[in-house]
Amino acid sequence: MTRQRAVAVVTAGLSLPSSTRLLGDQLAAATVRTLRRHGEEVRVEVVELRDLAHAVTDHLLTGFASGPLAEAIGTVRDADALIAVTPIFSASYSGLFKTFVDLLEEGTLEGKPVLVAATAGTARHSLALEFALRPLFAHLRAAVVPTAVFAASEDFGTGGASALSTRVDRAARELADAVHERVASGPVDPFASPTPFAELLDGAG
Amino acid sequence: MQFGIFTVGDVTPDPTTGRTPTEHERIRATVEIAKKAEEVGLDVFATGEHHNPPFVPSAPTTTLAYIAAQTSTLLLSTATTLITTTDPVRIAEDYATLQHLSDGRVDLMMGRGNTGPVYPWFGKDIRDGIPLAIESYHLLHRLWREDVVSWEGRFRTPLQGFTATPRPLDGVPPFVWHGSIRSPEIAEQAAYYGDGFFANHIFWPPSHTAEMVGLYRRRFEHYGHGSADQAIVGLGGQVFMRRNSQDAVNEFRPYFDNAPVYGHGPSLEDFTSQTPLTVGSPQQVIERTLGFREYVGDYQRQLFLMDHAGLPLRTVLEQLDLLGEEVVPVLRRETAARRPAHVPDDPPTHASLVAATRRGEVTPRRAHEGAA
Repeated sequence: MTRQRAVAVVTAGLSLPSSTRLLGDQLAAATVRTLRRHGEEVRVEVVELRDLAHAVTDHLLTGFASGPLAEAIGTVRDADALIAVTPIFSASYSGLFKTFVDLLEEGTLEGKPVLVAATAGTARHSLALEFALRPLFAHLRAAVVPTAVFAASEDFGTGGASALSTRVDRAARELADAVHERVASGPVDPFASPTPFAELLDGAG
Repeated sequence: MQFGIFTVGDVTPDPTTGRTPTEHERIRATVEIAKKAEEVGLDVFATGEHHNPPFVPSAPTTTLAYIAAQTSTLLLSTATTLITTTDPVRIAEDYATLQHLSDGRVDLMMGRGNTGPVYPWFGKDIRDGIPLAIESYHLLHRLWREDVVSWEGRFRTPLQGFTATPRPLDGVPPFVWHGSIRSPEIAEQAAYYGDGFFANHIFWPPSHTAEMVGLYRRRFEHYGHGSADQAIVGLGGQVFMRRNSQDAVNEFRPYFDNAPVYGHGPSLEDFTSQTPLTVGSPQQVIERTLGFREYVGDYQRQLFLMDHAGLPLRTVLEQLDLLGEEVVPVLRRETAARRPAHVPDDPPTHASLVAATRRGEVTPRRAHEGAA
């Protein structure tokens, strides 16, 4: 039985139009192409953090997610794969990007295939993917694919063997393969399957 | 159905004047508020428990006993008693004493507390929050029901041949609620014992409360205490009223905008649409409150938070007048009319538990370990 796969794109770009969103779209399109070659049905759901910036801040203060933010968190939780794209600010992911990640319940990304990507004005920031994003998702026990994709402004106009599209395709292939090989298992819903009291008591005593 | 108020006991500056009450003023105000609750016909007064500034209620049974001495019908309760960091032996002793002093006008609500440093201050670890709540309550439950207890657990010195004194009034322990905002384990715990479950309700969207209460009800039935709709449910609520609803909004806004917990966050309008907070006329409060049963079912206790965020005592007392005179009488009538006959109207009280014990429906205590 084939089930439609869902690929979530979380993009933290702030300008409109945003090169961060553009990179996210390219990665999503390449991932979809590969998954379809594997015979998978797939849909893409994009979470634009800019639209949720106020709700994200409110969540910090109230402890709960209001309407569209709750939906976005659900989109990430239920997705078979996550493409996470952030602009690099001050040598790391943006504050908005990190705050959204902070709001995900523990276990949300456990074992989930994740592709990390980033944009910045120059390629001098590219290693931020390796020293900031990869450890963040490792901490969350996500399965980060080996290729991380960085796009500086100039990459959007450079061809050849090191072209952005080559890196996009390679990373997307890794993500699609990981999704295809994985038997999806989301986090356990503690309301649908509560831990019986006898087990709780055993754990305490 | 029981109606009442619960207090956090925060000492917060009044944002409209900048003045902060002294701890002495806040504690005296708490007593005035509780006495007013009885005067206007409310059933329950519940106090929080905190062990850090800016809160005053670190010794709940002292305050509740003082209030008990100055009231005659008011039921004294807690919201919540810290089952994680308080020795269950002390809870057994303190609340049994309060039962005797108040002639049974006491129940209590277990909670974990979410202030990180309180755990190490009392020699505990917040990462053990759930196991502490499970183990400590299990011991408390036995201390009130078995005259002699020998016990060993993870979190407390073992007991050999220990008797908690005084024994509960009439041999019947106080009714217990378990409060939790978001831990399914606590709903499971309440269901296992057939105790009450209280949903804080006021800081989160209704969908979340519905999920917690729904789990508790299903598991209450699973453990054989009755049907799911007979489980004992309490809800928090938060209101500010004036006869003219725009007056209520204008007066409450600075308190909302600067409130602890959610202040400087969402707008008053957003927060009232996302959570059960109601700011408006008594009629609006009635309509909103009557809507709660649509997502939690018919329930037995409604507590309102009325005295936080720096609201001056005089304003709080005015609010209680409106609550007691205009809101609660209508809610009593309307909830009674809506409730099916097989659903309990009130939570168990001391009198009802004594009567049930005499009818042999509950076994309140055992003389010796292992004896039935």
